[in-house]
Amino acid sequence: MDAAAIFAHLQSLVGDAVYDFTAADKGIKDSFCRVKPERWHDVAQKLHDDPQLRMDFFQCVTALDWPKKNMIEVVYHLYSYALHHDFVVKAELPRDNPIIPSVTDLWGAAELNEREQFDLLGVGFSGHPDLRRILMPDDWPGFPMRKDYKEASQYRGMATTRPSPLSLLVVYDKAPPEAKMKVMAGGGESEAEGQAADE
Amino acid sequence: MSEMIFTYEQSGEEMTLNMGPQHPSTHGVIRFIIKTDGEIMHEAIPDVGYLHRSIEHIAEKCTYEGFMPYTDRVDYVCAMTANHTWAMAVEKLGDLKVPERGEYLRVISDELNRVSSHCIALGAMAMDIGATTPFMYILREREYINDLLEQLCGARLTYNYHRVGGVGWDMPSGWRDRCLKWIDHFEPIIDEYDRLIAQNELFIKRLANLAVITGEEAAGYGLVGPNLRASGVDFDVRRDVPYSVYPKLKFNVPIGKGLMGQVGDCWDRYYVRIEEWKESVKILRQALDQIQATEPDFWIRPKKLKPKGDAHARVEAARGDMLCYVAGDGGTNAYRARFRTGSFNAMKIIQVKSKGCMVADLVALIASLDIVAPEIDR
Repeated sequence: MDAAAIFAHLQSLVGDAVYDFTAADKGIKDSFCRVKPERWHDVAQKLHDDPQLRMDFFQCVTALDWPKKNMIEVVYHLYSYALHHDFVVKAELPRDNPIIPSVTDLWGAAELNEREQFDLLGVGFSGHPDLRRILMPDDWPGFPMRKDYKEASQYRGMATTRPSPLSLLVVYDKAPPEAKMKVMAGGGESEAEGQAADE
Repeated sequence: MSEMIFTYEQSGEEMTLNMGPQHPSTHGVIRFIIKTDGEIMHEAIPDVGYLHRSIEHIAEKCTYEGFMPYTDRVDYVCAMTANHTWAMAVEKLGDLKVPERGEYLRVISDELNRVSSHCIALGAMAMDIGATTPFMYILREREYINDLLEQLCGARLTYNYHRVGGVGWDMPSGWRDRCLKWIDHFEPIIDEYDRLIAQNELFIKRLANLAVITGEEAAGYGLVGPNLRASGVDFDVRRDVPYSVYPKLKFNVPIGKGLMGQVGDCWDRYYVRIEEWKESVKILRQALDQIQATEPDFWIRPKKLKPKGDAHARVEAARGDMLCYVAGDGGTNAYRARFRTGSFNAMKIIQVKSKGCMVADLVALIASLDIVAPEIDR
């Protein structure tokens, strides 16, 4: 089935839980539809179980942060090995409290992928069996891939940034010219003396 | 006293063991927290993130074209296909065309890299189980491929060869003949290598019927590539979601048949990769033949690359279906990039399948799934 047919079939199964089908065009390269976040689990169940859809491969979940629209967008890529078609579902979540049902019970692959999106963008997946940080340390503050994230200057006493090695070279430029000359002259003399002593 | 120490009996007491992060058999920096009673594991919980370099975040900080060298680091054992995935995703997003010669060069470099990646996978797997000889033999073959790729793009591991809109360089003069010569040399080696280890009695005893993953499980837990095919699922991105010039090339898709045990055991995962070598060599021969008839153009560099919208691309990498999702907001940098890789999903299946396994078999399970640590963490 192509994306439009999948959407029509899905709509006949779940009604208005899915809406706003956008066909692939110049900007959007993959057709997608939007889903109401609170009903995502029902929709996912249908996508997974319905004999005409049978999305048995949970490809990917991606969260995007849009601070200007005050939303976090969650994008699901699904594929069917049995029927060889794919589909993209997007959900819009409020930025201050982004929560969407977890689909770990349908696809085992969702578990770690959802954990990663929680870790990096702070999307809460309700019903997830083990929603912990996965890539960042457990006690890391904040969600690093949000657009307004500012890294703390240190983590457990370790500096998270270090000065550029080039900044250390500036010291010589700031020294008064006489001092610079003295250093150079002194170095030259001592070298000459050293050579003389060797001879 | 000795009976007390060397007991294999389950005492009912659970012990927690740490494997890694610096364990050599974890193929990089991964940690497993193993709950074990005697030799039998209750669970091996993967703890990943030690190699997290935030490549997805770096993608937001540099231009579409400038991000290409970073994609090498997504999977450094098979960097070409990671290059290819990013290039394809950006080309789809920006409506760019790739000249035919560029596509052929991509396919040739991909397949060469796939062969060399499987060399590491199979050699390291045999070594993890205790057979050190095959590793030495097969790394010698990998050196030849590294030499070929070095002549093609100047690097031996992180190639940075593909470009948005084509490839960086055409093949140097005489390279095609050297490549064909290497194929003539490599083809008999596959059988030799196969005889050396795959039919070995001890090797089979060790791997057959171990950690059997059914097709349904493999699809549900998101296993991809050779691991998926070893479980009997007949799917290959190159054939089923065709891209580049693969529709013009003839090849088979080997799947696990359970020759030594059940479909989807560790031996099947091993053997599928051997079969893939043969297919890759077949593809290389055809591509090297067909490339002669193409126009000399190999790269159309995009003049203005400020796409808006989103797109995803899938490429059959050595560790399976790699997906790259990229969204642009009309700027020079990607607004969001996402790589979904094979090894990351394989982490969950290790946790599921380790239940009831021996501790020593965990190493075989990890090796059979061909885990590469940077691909997990990105």
